Amino acid sequence: MENLQLQKIANEIRKGIVTAVYSAKSGHPGGSLSAADIFTYLYFEEMNVDPVHPRKPDRDRFVLSKGHVAPGLYAALAHRGFFPVADLSSLRHVGSYLQGHPDMKCIPGVDMSTGSLGQGFSAAVGMAAAGKLDNQNYRVYALAGDGEIQEGQIWEASMFAGHRKLDNLVLIVDNNGLQIDGKIEEVCSPYPIDKKFEAFNFHVITIDGHDFDAIRGAFREARKIKGMPTAIIANTVKGKGVSFMENQASWHGSAPNEEQYKAAMEELEKAGEALCQK
Amino acid sequence: MSEVKKIATRESYGNALVELGKIHEELVVLDADLAGATKTGMFKKAFPERFFDCGIAEANMTGIAAGFAACGKVPFMSSFAMFAAGRAFEQVRNSIGYPHLNVKIGASHAGISVGEDGASHQCNEDIALMRMIPGMVVINPCDDVEARAAVKAAYEYDGPVYLRFGRLAIPVINDENKYEFEIGKGIVLKEGKDVTIIATGLCVYEALGAARMLEEDGIDAEVLNIHTIKPLDEALVLASAAKTKKVVTVEEHSVIGGLGSAVCDVLCEKAPTQVMKIGIQDVFGESGPAVELIQKYGLDAENIYKKVKAYI
Repeated sequence: MENLQLQKIANEIRKGIVTAVYSAKSGHPGGSLSAADIFTYLYFEEMNVDPVHPRKPDRDRFVLSKGHVAPGLYAALAHRGFFPVADLSSLRHVGSYLQGHPDMKCIPGVDMSTGSLGQGFSAAVGMAAAGKLDNQNYRVYALAGDGEIQEGQIWEASMFAGHRKLDNLVLIVDNNGLQIDGKIEEVCSPYPIDKKFEAFNFHVITIDGHDFDAIRGAFREARKIKGMPTAIIANTVKGKGVSFMENQASWHGSAPNEEQYKAAMEELEKAGEALCQK
Repeated sequence: MSEVKKIATRESYGNALVELGKIHEELVVLDADLAGATKTGMFKKAFPERFFDCGIAEANMTGIAAGFAACGKVPFMSSFAMFAAGRAFEQVRNSIGYPHLNVKIGASHAGISVGEDGASHQCNEDIALMRMIPGMVVINPCDDVEARAAVKAAYEYDGPVYLRFGRLAIPVINDENKYEFEIGKGIVLKEGKDVTIIATGLCVYEALGAARMLEEDGIDAEVLNIHTIKPLDEALVLASAAKTKKVVTVEEHSVIGGLGSAVCDVLCEKAPTQVMKIGIQDVFGESGPAVELIQKYGLDAENIYKKVKAYI
């Protein structure tokens, strides 16, 4: 798929994120928007998935370890055809299957229930180990937040993945630099992130997480790496695509009011129109 | 009377895993550097490619087990009860319980019968923790025969199961040829009319001993073996309580949240009955030989006998 097409899809996913969080009157737009391009590439280019058969055994697996950015995952799944885009408006509503954090029991395309930080990556590592045990060719992808890697369990899982040489596993770290309490380097710095994963026997690739050429290059490189898992450190902008949300920790976990929603959607509509004229 | 054969239920667990592993390719075993103690080392020796030592990292082991289960494997993950149910509680709740994944937690070294290692390793809280998780089955077998049957039943059951095993070699009281295990089905070991003694785990043998002593005093005690604490065999508990009107629970676990609490939950709501809970009385354990600790904390036949006698 051409970059322009991916950019258009990513813009639609961003609209889905803003709409879902606005409808829910709560949720996590900042980290959803920062990861929107990663979600787009994974679900529209990289992964072997089938919306008609969401549980087909040979599918690639995706685990959203930073489960709070469920709006980003749901918008990607909806646009990929796993469920109706209109359902995004039911996010976090009583009775809706679109739970505040991913629930594998009731959401088509969700491979693991997550939300408690640090836990999803371990499950992804287990899936990768299971694939190796069965000589399956599927690949496993996990997305973690840069704040999330403060959790010790991430490093327990990394030690195991490196030790077991799980080259069917890719961890993407959404390095948007912000967590709830502020800048990650001020709260409790995880830097240098790349050297840490290298020390845990990962192949590490650092990219601009909004550049589809760079994203494509990283995932292609990861497929060639044998004998070790890959960590892609994606440098991103929290709130990317909605100017008043960009680089603001306050938009980690708050929903736009009606005025802000309209402004955000207008900006994304304009961005979409600009892409159509390219 | 000939000497009773004694086997630790962790040993039963190890043996059962090997037997099941021969039949079921999808069974995998995970441990956190305690394979020698939890007896999963027996499986490791037989099926090294299906054994995953996660190192001293129980939280991660729990997540890895969840990932295996999500891919169709049937993982048995093992550590001491303190770490499997205690340290990794939130991982068990969120990565196994909430998605209702088919993971079996084989927790050894439960209760004060850990012995010399002392309070830091004596988990008297695991049943309470595990039974609070929606959909979690909690099984505490009383001997080798029951433990092996429980492991097999846990394998056949689709969903998360917590299996509690002990370090101490304990008497084999069930006859393998006659024994039948069903999850959630309690067993009447002795019928009686004066008092119901409901026991679980290694306390079942002690309860039977107490019942014999009571019998010599003319007290006819009914003894129930509740191997499955969740789902509890409510019908059996209610029927026995209706008959004897007096209930005693005995467990190698805190009296807060364990078998005693589970029995009280049912009786309070459906047939208020006086209950005396024998167990660890809201204290930490201590170092010492297991048998001496069982006596000191009042879980042996003699102490149970005295307490029941005073109670009725």
